[in-house]
Amino acid sequence: MDFIPFDYATLRLIWWLLLGVLLIGFAVMDGFDLGVGTLLPFVAKTDAERRIVVNTIGPVWEGNQVWLILGGGAIFAAFPPLYAVSFSGFYLAMFLILFALILRPVGFKFRGKVEDPRWRETWDWALFVGGAVPALIFGVAVGNVLLGAPFHFTPELRAVYTGGFFDLLTPFALLAGLVSVSLLVAHGAAMLVMKTDGPIATRAARYGSVAGVLAAALFVAAGVWIATGIAGFRVDSVVDTALASNPLHKTVSTAPGLWMDNYRTMPLTMAAPLLGVLGALASAVLLRLRRGGLAFVASGVSIASVILTVGFAIFPFLLPSSSVPGAGLTLWDASSSRLTLWIMLLATIVFLPLVLLYTAWVYRVLRGKVTDASVADTPNAY
Amino acid sequence: MIDMTVVELSRLQFALTAMYHFLFVPLTLGLSFLMAIMESVYVMTGRDVWRRMTLFWGVLFGINFAMGVATGIVMEFQFGMNWAYYSHYVGDIFGAPLAIEGLMAFFLEATFIGLFFFGWNRLSKLQHLAITWLVALGANFSALWILVANGWMQNPVGAVFNPDTMRMEITDFMAVIFNPVAQAKFVHTVSAGYVTGAIFVMSVSAFYLLRGKHKDIARRSIAVAASFGLASALSVVVLGDESGYAATEHQKMKLAAIEAMWHTEPAPAGFTVIGLPDQSGQSNRFEIKIPWLMGLIATRSLDGEIPGILELVERAEHRIRGGQLAYAALERLREDRTDTAARAAFDAHWSDLGHALLLKRYRDDILHATEQEISQAALDTVPRVAPLFWTFRIMAGIGFYLIAFFAFAFWVVTRNRIEESRRFLWIALWSLPLPWIAIECGWFVAEYGRQPWAVEGVLPTFYAASGIALKDILISLAGFVIIYTGLAIVAAKLMLKAIEKGPDVLAPPAGDDAPAAVDDDAPESDGRALDALDPAPAARA
Repeated sequence: MDFIPFDYATLRLIWWLLLGVLLIGFAVMDGFDLGVGTLLPFVAKTDAERRIVVNTIGPVWEGNQVWLILGGGAIFAAFPPLYAVSFSGFYLAMFLILFALILRPVGFKFRGKVEDPRWRETWDWALFVGGAVPALIFGVAVGNVLLGAPFHFTPELRAVYTGGFFDLLTPFALLAGLVSVSLLVAHGAAMLVMKTDGPIATRAARYGSVAGVLAAALFVAAGVWIATGIAGFRVDSVVDTALASNPLHKTVSTAPGLWMDNYRTMPLTMAAPLLGVLGALASAVLLRLRRGGLAFVASGVSIASVILTVGFAIFPFLLPSSSVPGAGLTLWDASSSRLTLWIMLLATIVFLPLVLLYTAWVYRVLRGKVTDASVADTPNAY
Repeated sequence: MIDMTVVELSRLQFALTAMYHFLFVPLTLGLSFLMAIMESVYVMTGRDVWRRMTLFWGVLFGINFAMGVATGIVMEFQFGMNWAYYSHYVGDIFGAPLAIEGLMAFFLEATFIGLFFFGWNRLSKLQHLAITWLVALGANFSALWILVANGWMQNPVGAVFNPDTMRMEITDFMAVIFNPVAQAKFVHTVSAGYVTGAIFVMSVSAFYLLRGKHKDIARRSIAVAASFGLASALSVVVLGDESGYAATEHQKMKLAAIEAMWHTEPAPAGFTVIGLPDQSGQSNRFEIKIPWLMGLIATRSLDGEIPGILELVERAEHRIRGGQLAYAALERLREDRTDTAARAAFDAHWSDLGHALLLKRYRDDILHATEQEISQAALDTVPRVAPLFWTFRIMAGIGFYLIAFFAFAFWVVTRNRIEESRRFLWIALWSLPLPWIAIECGWFVAEYGRQPWAVEGVLPTFYAASGIALKDILISLAGFVIIYTGLAIVAAKLMLKAIEKGPDVLAPPAGDDAPAAVDDDAPESDGRALDALDPAPAARA
């Protein structure tokens, strides 16, 4: 395998970064769809208004959701044990996400097909659930990653998960869920301010700026909790970053405050939480000023920074184990083989820039405000 | 020990959600190409009726596509949710095509589907046509990668077991992509999708012609669908045969089970057209055989021997014992990674390791399996024969029927007699469910025929499952049944409503002053003359 220009450790690090890129891609791109879905019942009062809101994201949400599918696929391919443990361990939470996400494509497609107000209200609620529930659960999931999940392995590396669904709903995890919802609401509001006029934009700006301030406050609260109360994890044994992937060969200790270690040794990483707070606050201010585009950039930066904040805190962990700390998964012992990581990197180098290019083109074609007139003009509008 | 109830329910859930998802995928594959062809004709001839056809079929496509998207994401999640050990054990190989599918295919399809619907007034004719083709291309790329992944489960090439990581790891990615099983499956499956699209278009159009409505659109749609359908129906059967040939080499047990061939026969073996397979008696009753045919199809020779089920069971027993040696060596390697004797023993027998895992159903400590457990595990490698025997025959029967159907349709269309052939129109209408039945049977044969393996010869299905709680799987299974049933009813109603409304609501015919109007709204006699011309540009496109 000498034709691979990177050593194993480098490839693992690259894929850790790419995982971050994909999660940020999902949270920023599909995040505003989820935010708009959550805002739907609040910013749009009449059927005509709701139609405008739905059609702001109608043409693009499907492409955005691929970031989630790709994120899942990339975890499967690059970190198979992480995929195995998290998807089976968080079984019912995953099912709830699926349930909510199933409602989205049909909600968009079906609502406009019948003119009955009850029919439309039903699908508008489906779109609300399809936005708010995943936004909440994804946040709760991140909270549980920080707390660690109760799992260990048999010698044959079968994952044994010892928790249940309601164990996921701890106060800290719920706080993380609220950070996620408020941040995505601010982000979705920015999109609505950009894409709509009149009362919808006014309401979106109002709700969005409140959500932006709330996101900043809750994020700070979660940070303080992490620094003082929540137990972090640290690998104590010597880490060989090039060894075959097997999470059973290390010792891990756990104590409150350990998640701050990386921030202490590399103070530059503090930029991430800082930008997370500043971005959320900036989006709140910019929404008040009705500067939708800038607010969108600010909330996007905030979302990316919040994800990086978590990544930096738990590095090198991907998913720590709360019940048997040594079984926790790190990027050094839960990755795919060197060859797979290399093949996947090649595919990403070839296709991801293409995806970004044509996505940008699609958004350019669809630029401009969504109004009653533009909806009436489009033969297939939802 | 593994909870077999959870395993069985996980299998049931996967089968239900996969087969449900695959109600929508084939129509997406076929209809996207048909729409691309129609729109190409529109761009080349400038006749508005072809634009209206694209718009109309696009409405039905959209409802179907939404269902495909809604049910597709479930599939990706379920590997991790219900098949965690599978995900760990083969994720190194299986994950890559799934991720590449997202990168290369889903993004293409899903990003441009929005413009397909919302871009009519924002794009030039050529730009919009390009979008439609890209959506079709994306759908087909996606089928390619998912079938590369599935093909690997049928014929796991280019990978070895790594004792350090306790999983299969990739050694040759090109072998995975150019896996002969995957290639044959890909063309077979997408062709079946094209047939489904063609039947759908023919059937709905036949309904309009029988009612004497929307004739301009229905006639042309039938012309396109008949030629596209004929080519695809031929390709399905020819490439299905290729699939069977690939199975001869790589999945002998599946082939023997499909044919209910209990004993090895002298070459060339006969083909059992019909019979009643009896699993416990290991024989067939009332069988009708065509001599030689099976040997000819499966080995493409007169002297190639096809092993029967019982011979394969004996071979499996041998491999289970070999696998036990590998398993013993693996345990020693786990204790001491430098044990070279154990390493050598493992390397000699690793390819049988999967067979030893079959014993995990009976005991954890598989090195101490009794003789009876070993022979029981060997018998477990036989899938249930009767369901395979029958579903295969239903699928193949429909395949041949559809060739005849499209050949006749093509003949009627070229002779310009489609509107008079009312009996044929009725047949076309009632043939609507057939491709779906054939396709579901086909997947059943492919996946149920692979049992007891999740990955043929590598990982038993029961051993691949997650250790989730019984109540969790019951909740999700009930949830899927409820939401999928509800959505099926709503989607079917909306489809029927859209068909009832017809093309004129969304895309009213151009007024008298439009240049295309003279062609499209011409009296019946002229219209038919035009029809004779219309399929030609479609074929050229």
